[in-house]
Amino acid sequence: MRRAERHGIVRPRTLSTRIFRIGLFVILGLFVIYYLMPLIVMISTSLKSLEEIRTGSLISLPDAVTFEPWQKAWASACVGVRCVGLSPYMWNSVAMVVPAVILSTFLGSINGYALTKWRFPGANAVFVLMLFGAFIPFQVVLLPMARTLGVLGLAGTVTGLVLVHTVYGLAFTTLFFRNFFISVPNGIVQAARIDGAGFFGIYFRILLPMAPPAFVVTIIWQFTQIWNDFLFGVAFTASFSNPVTVALNNLVASSTGVKEYNVDMAAAIIAGLPTLLVYIIAGNYFLRGLSAGALKG
Amino acid sequence: MAKLRIEKLWKRFGRTEVLKGIGLELEDGEFVVLVGPSGCGKSTLLNLIAGLETVSEGRIFIGDRLVNEVAPKDRNIAMVFQSYALYPTKTVRENITFGMASRGVPRDEQKRAVSEVSNLLHIEAFLDRKPAELSGGQRQRVAMGRALVRDPDVFLFDEPLSNLDAKLRIEMRTEIKKLHQRLGKTVVYVTHDQVEAMTLASRIAVMDNGHIRQFDTPEMVYENPTDLFVAGFMGSPPMNILTGRVIQDDGLKIVVSDDEGTIHFPVPARQCAAVEAYLGREVKLGLRPETISRAGVSEPSPDLFTFERAIDLVEPTGPDTMLVFTLGGPAAVARVRPEDRAPMGATYRFEVDMPRAKIFDAATGKRL
Repeated sequence: MRRAERHGIVRPRTLSTRIFRIGLFVILGLFVIYYLMPLIVMISTSLKSLEEIRTGSLISLPDAVTFEPWQKAWASACVGVRCVGLSPYMWNSVAMVVPAVILSTFLGSINGYALTKWRFPGANAVFVLMLFGAFIPFQVVLLPMARTLGVLGLAGTVTGLVLVHTVYGLAFTTLFFRNFFISVPNGIVQAARIDGAGFFGIYFRILLPMAPPAFVVTIIWQFTQIWNDFLFGVAFTASFSNPVTVALNNLVASSTGVKEYNVDMAAAIIAGLPTLLVYIIAGNYFLRGLSAGALKG
Repeated sequence: MAKLRIEKLWKRFGRTEVLKGIGLELEDGEFVVLVGPSGCGKSTLLNLIAGLETVSEGRIFIGDRLVNEVAPKDRNIAMVFQSYALYPTKTVRENITFGMASRGVPRDEQKRAVSEVSNLLHIEAFLDRKPAELSGGQRQRVAMGRALVRDPDVFLFDEPLSNLDAKLRIEMRTEIKKLHQRLGKTVVYVTHDQVEAMTLASRIAVMDNGHIRQFDTPEMVYENPTDLFVAGFMGSPPMNILTGRVIQDDGLKIVVSDDEGTIHFPVPARQCAAVEAYLGREVKLGLRPETISRAGVSEPSPDLFTFERAIDLVEPTGPDTMLVFTLGGPAAVARVRPEDRAPMGATYRFEVDMPRAKIFDAATGKRL
């Protein structure tokens, strides 16, 4: 690049800095390959036949592309004794993640709003306690939560899992929204109060339209956490209500004779696909919002 | 339109007392400016009037109605904030109508109010823009428009011009004054800028540390400050306050001395009776910069007292030139005509208009 075309802070252009930059990009390139390798291997393996896997090498690309392993992983692979593929468990996960993300995000935003804009005595103490919830390890809540679900009659159900994830996620969502709303000037809320809007009036009509960035961040975080969770899923659901993460584990574990690596790989990709999708959709919206200046106060 | 009455108002945040027994009575249509340094409680007082804070003790009346327990929206007030506090996701039009929409005002009435207000404030051109697309001055206008459509009993302004640049501030100051004269509404206006206070107010309440030190017309506050605080706060550059001793030497004199010598300021005849009691004791002598000029410029008069000092610093401001010199310790400032300036270091003959001097009790700060 010619000097005149560069923008920003001036950097010295000596031979040593040039060599340093080349070295830097070589190292970065190696990192990229290192990180991409597992994904490439997974995809190529999932498109090979078992025969080809047995004869070929791990990193070689498939000679004859076949989608059969994907079909099998989706619809007919054995998860434990049930040979129906991952699809019913995918729907379990969707039925879990959608209400859990909506509930925890919505409640967290209300919490953050109340903690910053309707200060009450002890608001800081409440916030510290909620923050503390973000540092409680999963394992600690397993037993009390199992008991609670039992008492509520929700043990072994997807609904119970939704409750667990909503409660556990509140600490994080409250933290995100509290930190966002604290940057909103109090004058806006005071003006709205003088204008006659109440607690929810101000929330829905003034603050909610200002908060898409906070919502996007929170939704990505919560979706990823809840979708990828294994421990709560395995602890609080019975086989038919397992989320896809647990089902994937069972699918890989229940081999009859030959280990079908291609099906395992396809199943793993299927199970991870929704989080990828959320990143692409929400992340894209996030960037669009920023560049449109729509979020500027 | 309404009177505003505040009786023995206290506000405490935990153990901190922010307001300590404020009493104020505003006539209908009056423009009262609350002025004071940061932390004096002026914004808290405004928030209490608005209902954005709860009263600890005392009573607030708007009109004849006790409003201590009335929600902000039901007090029939409108407020303009320092940060403008516009709703960022709403257009200018929606910002202005938000309050009316909340109160369920019919749409055609909202429309009429918007066109009336936007006409008055010259904001028709950007009714459909968002606040982020407006300049500071335009945002300020929108904030005022939002307050105006309310047609309130009392307008509250919380340092509305502090975020504007110097030129716009003066323009908007004039517009606010015009607007008040046109609408004749009761206004409470908070500022830390004493020039704003002087230019806008029909009466000024000078606040310090939770108390109102003086509540009077701008002229009285400036010419007859009740104590050292008010005298020192109002005026720019501030009043020169000298420490001196009262002696009897061919009439009452106040002796001010420093490294450059001793000056015997004669006590003006009108104030002799009050100062006599302080014979042999310390007092504070307040001389406004504009009462000190070059000797010989004014008509000779027995009221004028002349003294000499070396000039430490010359600060031209355009219409006037400030001469900084040493007088009884701290730097003193004289405001002279530009043509009366002299180079730094030169010895200069100053002349003081003594009847305009203010004399204060050194211990209590009260005016004598």
